[in-house]
Amino acid sequence: MTAILEESRGGRILPLTGNYAVAMAAKMARVQVVAAYPITPQTSVIEKLSEYIEAGELEATMIRVESEHSALAATFGAAIAGARAFTATSSHGLLYMHEWVHWTGRARVPIVMAIVTRAIAPPWNIWPDHSDFYDQRDAGWVMGFAMDNQEAFDLTLQAFRISEDPRVYLPVMIGLEGFILGHTTMPVHIPDQEAVDEWLGPRRQGFVIDGSEPLAHGNLAWPEDTEEMFMDIHRAMMEAKSVIREVDEEYYRITGRRYGGLTQCIRCSDAKYVVSSMGAWSGDIMEAVEKLRGEGYPVGVLRFRFIRPFPEEDVAEHLAGKKLVVVFDRAISFGSMGQLFMETVAHLAKHTGKLPVLRNIVAGVGGVNVEWREFYELIKDSIDRFEEGGELEYFTWYHKARR
Amino acid sequence: MSKSMVRLEPIKYHVPLARPKQGVAGKTGFWRTEKPIVDNEKCIRCYLCEIYCPVNVIRVEPETGVTIDYDYCKGCGVCSDVCPVNAIRMVPEE
Repeated sequence: MTAILEESRGGRILPLTGNYAVAMAAKMARVQVVAAYPITPQTSVIEKLSEYIEAGELEATMIRVESEHSALAATFGAAIAGARAFTATSSHGLLYMHEWVHWTGRARVPIVMAIVTRAIAPPWNIWPDHSDFYDQRDAGWVMGFAMDNQEAFDLTLQAFRISEDPRVYLPVMIGLEGFILGHTTMPVHIPDQEAVDEWLGPRRQGFVIDGSEPLAHGNLAWPEDTEEMFMDIHRAMMEAKSVIREVDEEYYRITGRRYGGLTQCIRCSDAKYVVSSMGAWSGDIMEAVEKLRGEGYPVGVLRFRFIRPFPEEDVAEHLAGKKLVVVFDRAISFGSMGQLFMETVAHLAKHTGKLPVLRNIVAGVGGVNVEWREFYELIKDSIDRFEEGGELEYFTWYHKARR
Repeated sequence: MSKSMVRLEPIKYHVPLARPKQGVAGKTGFWRTEKPIVDNEKCIRCYLCEIYCPVNVIRVEPETGVTIDYDYCKGCGVCSDVCPVNAIRMVPEE
């Protein structure tokens, strides 16, 4: 935090939960329409935004709809008509709107949505993992994930810039873990509104459907034309990588904060072993790595800030040539492995003929808490056994059954 | 939402957008098996037929009454059904 304060350009520090940090960012982006289904599994992101609107601090329309499916549909309608539109959801609400997640992605309409990630039922569970978030991977959304409340704020604000960039024109979803970030408070630096206004600028989009001219959207198209449109989504994703890096740099100018683009790599340059992860527990992993560094282990952390587009260049730069790579996943594709691991390995194989020794550890699923000391033990054990020439399990589900 | 609040910047990608225009699917009037015939003496200019027509081929003018573009009218009969004064009847096509 100290470094952030010294470098910050004005602004103020507020104690905010992750959910309130996201709401504050949406408010400062001057969203004009918020659509939401207002009961469980909705979050206090929407509650706070409705308070801002009620108090006259945010000039926006809150559309209360009958389901999450309608929530994203209403957000889409507002966005396609030219409004800066926002929504937020979680777990089953996100699954219920899944059809519209695809529709908005393939429609190329800029929208920002926050996902306060939670495990999927049954059994009913209110604790965080990444299952709901990974379930949205293939829908044409840019997907970022925060590590702490400050980053939840920063990423949400950056998401509007990325989404509305003409090189991208895709919706962006920002993940943050429920409860761990969503309901816990930390000091968050908030830039001045004028600085944000100047940096973000007015709403940008490629076309508007507002009734002023007859336009049909999403009509039946021939397979060949359909395929071209989907290939363009892929092309835009590839261009989004440089846009994300640019936005990270430009954001630095108004806040004094930058994260390193699509990933953040800590202690990576001289590392022989790298641990990879996404989300809040990356902070615990960094603590474990610092302790291991103190004990002489040359280990680093590659933290994913974005999984769509997938940062394959970062993977190549930071993981190729390492001796051992351990990827922690907080979700699993049943019958296969952790999603982050599968993608990391697939992209790494493109860039190096000699893969490091690889290990996937799935943990924290269903909201199981994993502490920094456990990461310390898991990483240390992996490195020690690797160096002793022992066999490392390619896949491990680290679980803590209640006795 | 007024358009002036948005900065429109051209999109360089293919998007699922279409500008509909008359006759894009050819002249669809030949699909008809029944043809709506209007009695403009009876017509009370309520505009219901124009509003309900699913293919947008009916115009109602205060002076002249109802005109139907038979090049594209498919003869569905909705206009005849909604007319409150039975001024439109459906007759078999020859």
